[in-house]
Amino acid sequence: MNTMNPSISAKADRRDQGAEIPVPQDKPEDTVIEEGKTVGKPFVNDPKFKLRNVNVSYGSDRAIKNISIDIGKHEVISFIGPSGCGKSTFLRCLNRMNDSIQICRVEGQLMLDDEDIYHSKRDVVELRARVGMVFQKPNPFPKSIYDNVAYGPRIHGLANRKSDLDEIVENSLRKAGLWEEAKDRLDAIATGMSGGQQQRLCIARAIAVSPEVILMDEPCSALDPIATARIEELIADMSKSYTIVIVTHSMQQAARVSDRTAYFHLGHLVEVNETNKIFTSPQHELTESYITGRFG
Amino acid sequence: MTDQRSQAEIVRKSLKRRYRKERRFRLYGMLAIFIALASLVTLFADIISKGHTGFVKTTITLDVNLDSELMYLEDPTDADQRSMADFVAPIVAALQEQLPEVDGAGEKRELGRLLGTYAASEISDVLINNPELLDTTQTIEFLAHDRVSVYVKHAGNPRYSIKLSEQQQRWVDELLEKGVIDTSFNDVLFSRGDSREPANAGVLGAIVGSLLTMLVTLAISFPVGIAAAVYLEEFAPENKLTDFIEVNINNLAAVPSIIFGLLGLAVFIGLFGMPRSVPVVGGLVLALMTLPTIIISSRAAIKSVPPSIREAAEGVGASKMQVVLHHVIPLAMPGMLTGSIIGMAQALGETAPLLLIGMVAFIVDVPGGFFDSATVLPVQIYLWASSSEQGFVELASAAIMVLLTFMISMNALAIWLRKRLERRW
Repeated sequence: MNTMNPSISAKADRRDQGAEIPVPQDKPEDTVIEEGKTVGKPFVNDPKFKLRNVNVSYGSDRAIKNISIDIGKHEVISFIGPSGCGKSTFLRCLNRMNDSIQICRVEGQLMLDDEDIYHSKRDVVELRARVGMVFQKPNPFPKSIYDNVAYGPRIHGLANRKSDLDEIVENSLRKAGLWEEAKDRLDAIATGMSGGQQQRLCIARAIAVSPEVILMDEPCSALDPIATARIEELIADMSKSYTIVIVTHSMQQAARVSDRTAYFHLGHLVEVNETNKIFTSPQHELTESYITGRFG
Repeated sequence: MTDQRSQAEIVRKSLKRRYRKERRFRLYGMLAIFIALASLVTLFADIISKGHTGFVKTTITLDVNLDSELMYLEDPTDADQRSMADFVAPIVAALQEQLPEVDGAGEKRELGRLLGTYAASEISDVLINNPELLDTTQTIEFLAHDRVSVYVKHAGNPRYSIKLSEQQQRWVDELLEKGVIDTSFNDVLFSRGDSREPANAGVLGAIVGSLLTMLVTLAISFPVGIAAAVYLEEFAPENKLTDFIEVNINNLAAVPSIIFGLLGLAVFIGLFGMPRSVPVVGGLVLALMTLPTIIISSRAAIKSVPPSIREAAEGVGASKMQVVLHHVIPLAMPGMLTGSIIGMAQALGETAPLLLIGMVAFIVDVPGGFFDSATVLPVQIYLWASSSEQGFVELASAAIMVLLTFMISMNALAIWLRKRLERRW
């Protein structure tokens, strides 16, 4: 058996041992990942985000290790990977949501439309108006449905008249597929809605400030399958007008909604490729063992 | 198989023991609650049984002939004449009408001692306000002397000693029968300030003093406390200085209140030269004392605002300031208000620091402003409880009831506000 020989990679190891070897003995952690090396197709022409050699650390813990990737215009890209692999951390760098964590340090080149996201003179408020975010747990404000959607436009001064604001609210709710359900109870408190409705409201709230990019951090993990299906339809619709980056634990979801998929592992970006390629013929053995359910 | 059975046996045995332990534990808990409730009930019963008579006043109602000759008074508007006049004579004459057997100067003097100290000034007040009533007969209600009051309310109570002579007691009995002496609700208690005479003493001065002091306390400690809490929780960098401030705020909450009194004496009165015994200084001292409580509870309230709400606001591009003003403070408000009201209730019951800044003085007038000499409810209770006159004992208990009513209403307000403003997320 080759297990005695450390010089042979885990992938070769597994192939040699064949199917009889039980899953727990397969230790993908032993696989050596070369830092900054990503297989597949991480770069695109004319990207929305150009991210090069990104490192993120919390104190002395390195959460993101030398990642380089492009995110295309009007592309839906999903980040997958086991828990703690850094995909959410990386997502939050894209609109600087990590800023509020004092010990968090972000290094590398992060460009949105060729402008440095982390430039010292960069205004975070303006950035977040362009790069909206939807969170894992639906988090509507404990206010009315109308006020939830109108909040963003109000603070950015996007509407000068009440009628303009009404229009923004209606359009946003329509795009989020919530208008029919919500139009008769715009004054009702948002936290009284179902989880799926709340999450669509959060999407409407993000859309209301007309962002260019929408970041979604496991948007369906707290929802039932029917609500999930509605959100996924919504993502498909929205992909025409927005760039969407979605972090998900569900590989089926990644397969259904995204154009490209990126696989993260322990802070490394292991593989990026067109979604169908990732799920049918992964190039890296870690990607393969993750999507076949060997760990994660 | 046997192994399993014997194991089950062991578990069953241990179960019994566990249940016994649980029952015992529950019993201890119930016992503790019972003791607490019993002492509370005893305390309340004691205060109410002693104090309820404080809400009753004893009055003598007489048809008084305001005879100018008897009083040696021709012009009631003339202050010189008034100071020489004998206002007691017509009252004694009216009493004598009710008790025809009274005769001689000695007995008359004894009869006059049934009247409260301020009976004469009641007549003089009537005449000052209505000089045309001179030489007419008016029905006037006088406060009876404390001795009469004690006799009427507490005859036969071993805790009180009756200080009336047997003759006086006979007179009082007779007047009671005729309805001249009567008891009614003690409105004096709520309409006057302190007095040397228990029958004439009220808590209004102390209530107004307490309200003025609390206003100053609230106006300073609420905004400062909340601003400090918001800054420490939301904006302060995490460094040694912030830690140092935090530790000190927590320490301040545990500093004995009398130390704050000393501080007030040294700084506000000594250094800034502010007057003694005034609500402003009292309010400042109590504000310092309440600040740590408000800061600590407000910080807890801010901490309990779910981070998801902050993220949501930041996610649509709200600035730090907007996140705090639009979301964090409104959501933390119920907790902040509750903490503040509880802090205020503490301040309302505080005595020690106020003694040091001179709010313990004997003050008759109801304070009219923040810079008038004043006392507060708990200090008034302290003053009355340490007084030697019998009438003040029940007044002290009555004042305790008034104070407790204020505190219970404040705590009820805190609960109501929390219920009202609490929002679910």
